[in-house]
Amino acid sequence: MDGLINLLALALIGFIVWWFWLAKSREVQVAQKSIDVIVDGGVYEPSIIEVSRGEMITLNFIRRDASPCAEQVVFAELGVSAELPLEGSKKIELRLENEGEFGFSCQMGMYRGKLIVK
Amino acid sequence: MDSNVSKQTTIRLSVGGMSCAGCVAAVEDTLKTVPGVAEARVNFAEHTAEVSGSMAAEALIGAVVAAGYEAAELKGSDEEAEQKEAAELVYYRQLLKKSMAAAVVGVPLFLMGLLGAMPGMSGGGRLFWLLVAVLSLFVLVYSGGRFFSGAWKSFKNHNANMDTLIALGTGTAWGYSLLITLLPDLVPEQARHVYFEAAAIIIALINFGSALEMRARGKTSEAIKRLIGLQAKTARVVRNGQELDVPIEQVGLGETLRLRPGEKIAVDGVIIEGHTSVDEAMLTGEPMPVEKQMADELVAGTINKSGTVLFRATRIGKDTALARIIEMVRQAQNSKPAIGRLADRIAAVFVPIVLIIAVLTFLAWFNFGPEPRAAYVLVTTMTVLIIACPCALGLATPISIMVGVGKAAEFGVLVRNGEALQRAGQLTTVVLDKTGTVTEGRPAVTELIAIDGDEQGLLSVAASLEAGSEHPLAEAIVTGAKQRNLELAKVQNFTAIAGQGVQGDVAGQRLLLGNQKLMADMQIDISAYLDQVQHLARQGQTPMFVAVDGRYRGIVAVADPIKPDSKQAIERLHQAGLRVVMLTGDNRATAEAVARQVGVDEVLAEVLPGDKAGKVAGLQAHGEVVAMVGDGINDAPALARADVGFAIGSGTDVAIESADVTLMRGSLHGVADAIAVSKATVRNIKQNLFGAFVYNSLGIPVAAGLLFPFTGMLLNPVIAGAAMAMSSVTVVSNANRLRWFKPQDKR
Repeated sequence: MDGLINLLALALIGFIVWWFWLAKSREVQVAQKSIDVIVDGGVYEPSIIEVSRGEMITLNFIRRDASPCAEQVVFAELGVSAELPLEGSKKIELRLENEGEFGFSCQMGMYRGKLIVK
Repeated sequence: MDSNVSKQTTIRLSVGGMSCAGCVAAVEDTLKTVPGVAEARVNFAEHTAEVSGSMAAEALIGAVVAAGYEAAELKGSDEEAEQKEAAELVYYRQLLKKSMAAAVVGVPLFLMGLLGAMPGMSGGGRLFWLLVAVLSLFVLVYSGGRFFSGAWKSFKNHNANMDTLIALGTGTAWGYSLLITLLPDLVPEQARHVYFEAAAIIIALINFGSALEMRARGKTSEAIKRLIGLQAKTARVVRNGQELDVPIEQVGLGETLRLRPGEKIAVDGVIIEGHTSVDEAMLTGEPMPVEKQMADELVAGTINKSGTVLFRATRIGKDTALARIIEMVRQAQNSKPAIGRLADRIAAVFVPIVLIIAVLTFLAWFNFGPEPRAAYVLVTTMTVLIIACPCALGLATPISIMVGVGKAAEFGVLVRNGEALQRAGQLTTVVLDKTGTVTEGRPAVTELIAIDGDEQGLLSVAASLEAGSEHPLAEAIVTGAKQRNLELAKVQNFTAIAGQGVQGDVAGQRLLLGNQKLMADMQIDISAYLDQVQHLARQGQTPMFVAVDGRYRGIVAVADPIKPDSKQAIERLHQAGLRVVMLTGDNRATAEAVARQVGVDEVLAEVLPGDKAGKVAGLQAHGEVVAMVGDGINDAPALARADVGFAIGSGTDVAIESADVTLMRGSLHGVADAIAVSKATVRNIKQNLFGAFVYNSLGIPVAAGLLFPFTGMLLNPVIAGAAMAMSSVTVVSNANRLRWFKPQDKR
């Protein structure tokens, strides 16, 4: 019995490593021109957004999460940030000229998402 | 708000350039061609358009401008701030209510435990615990539901955050306790302890901590609130010859506004009638009111002091200087300097690491812990999950930057981003451009020496002669005469002698004004006065000789006056341990004279404008961390080359996009203020980071029971919950201390 519990605990560690670091979310949303991003329950939905290089994209952040953590969205590599009004929406317009992945997060880096520019 | 609903918005625009009712139809038609527009109505009287549909304001503005009109979005940041505050207050009250509900269940149970009054698991006692299980489930759902839903959503996104830790910690405590209540025989008798009260109290404490944190965070954005508060709510517009008070959102581009004494200026504009003085201290930190007359610019948010003027609106809504400043401060407040990147990287992987530590703690106690193993395993694992606080780490840098950038704005110092704020504290050398930075940048008459003692007469003839010249020194002489209310005579036969001076006839007399070479060429003897000339040159003044009908009459000396507070500000830079270098295109004698008066350490004179960046690079090559302070336009390459570029402005007329730091007023004290705020902010960030690292790196091992082999004591999960709730509050409160920061030796 003890051996089984030990094995299960080790398997759990393996699962944590795999789930949070190795496995990637497959839910990539492709955005044309404009996309709504819901901020609720500690996450951005969708959190992985694919956009086309060189095209203007409007990210419309809709904040339903009252936690102070959700107040700001920061695109650190792009030098862009915005305050998200509670129960309101905020549009962020971006035109990304370079391919790559650009993360966005709350001020503390707990809510996370990324833009994939192709 | 439903996402579909959110797409349907109504946008109000101010439309300029509509001269007739025919334009109304043209603008309406233009707006309707924009994709997503459902309806567009133009109000000719108000010069506004109201557009509904699912489009962006920018698309509307672009279309209207392309059609040959002007347009800007009408939106009050004031209104947004009020909505935000109201929403936050509701949430704050909810947090307190949820905390209270959890405490009502948890605290009595906790006290019963302390008093040893807890019933056992047999008979009526079991029924009691079943009731408590239901009550505490209510607490988990009502007061802690957001942690569980947040944890699940994050999990689905392959993410883990604070909610994950809280939900796992309290959920495990409740689940284990329910198991004991329902099936007590599963564990040995001494392990039959339940933790319903711990789960409830932890939820109460975390909600309470969130409420306190929210309050404290509200204070961190006070600087922005103060700037938003500068915005006037109404304006007095002149329409069809009538003056009427309208909400500021209804003021259109190009409209004429009346400004009366004591009123706040509503939008940016240009004076078209009258003169006044304006208090711009709230934006620039400059205590003296600024005189304004025809064609001078007025800036929204500043206060009219004495006169009544009419002015034309040139920038409204989010295009005003005030709105752009607010936006710049907001952006800067959210940017992260290098110092916070390590904490960011740790915060990103923190929660999964804590989960792994929790499992390792479980394994350690399960395999090596004393009996009752189940109880020890649960307490330690739960405490590890509860005490870990990624928020304190993640908040440490941004919250201090938020307060620091806001604090700098209070002194009229606009910092572009967190990186610039951090670098300003690491500077070793400050390079000051001379003209317009150390000096006023406007030459003026500084000394008059007349051989007959008639200084006014000397200036009068010199100014009469120079009235026709466009040379900067001539302008200084004419302005000097006008300031002294001297009358100027008409000049005839005016000739400029290149590199020497000017000559002409005034009131029947032949006048000469120029340098020593001009006097020599014209064979006018000035040998007796050369001592005076050298004395003036040593003081940085440019002496010009005046001769009337072939005889020496006196000297008019002109200089670019040093700003009254330059010396004191440079002293402050020295006190901060910085080397101060002055850079100028002027000749060495003048430059050294100025340098002596203000006390700079080194002078780089006769530097061509294009070589300034090279001089900065030279200093950097010697290992110096260099700030360049200049006017932001002519010195742009040097500002860009420097580690921190300071654009120094006069009033608010500055290119705020051009430098790392923009000084809203012309004083060098702004540089010293920026450096002082930078150092205080970086110190504050270090305190926060140190506290957050120490808290987590001590707290987690203690929670895991590292001290148990030595002391036989374990950390109570309730204490861990309290510590966790307070850790973020402590970080935010520490950042808030910066709000009271005052630079040393401030005027």
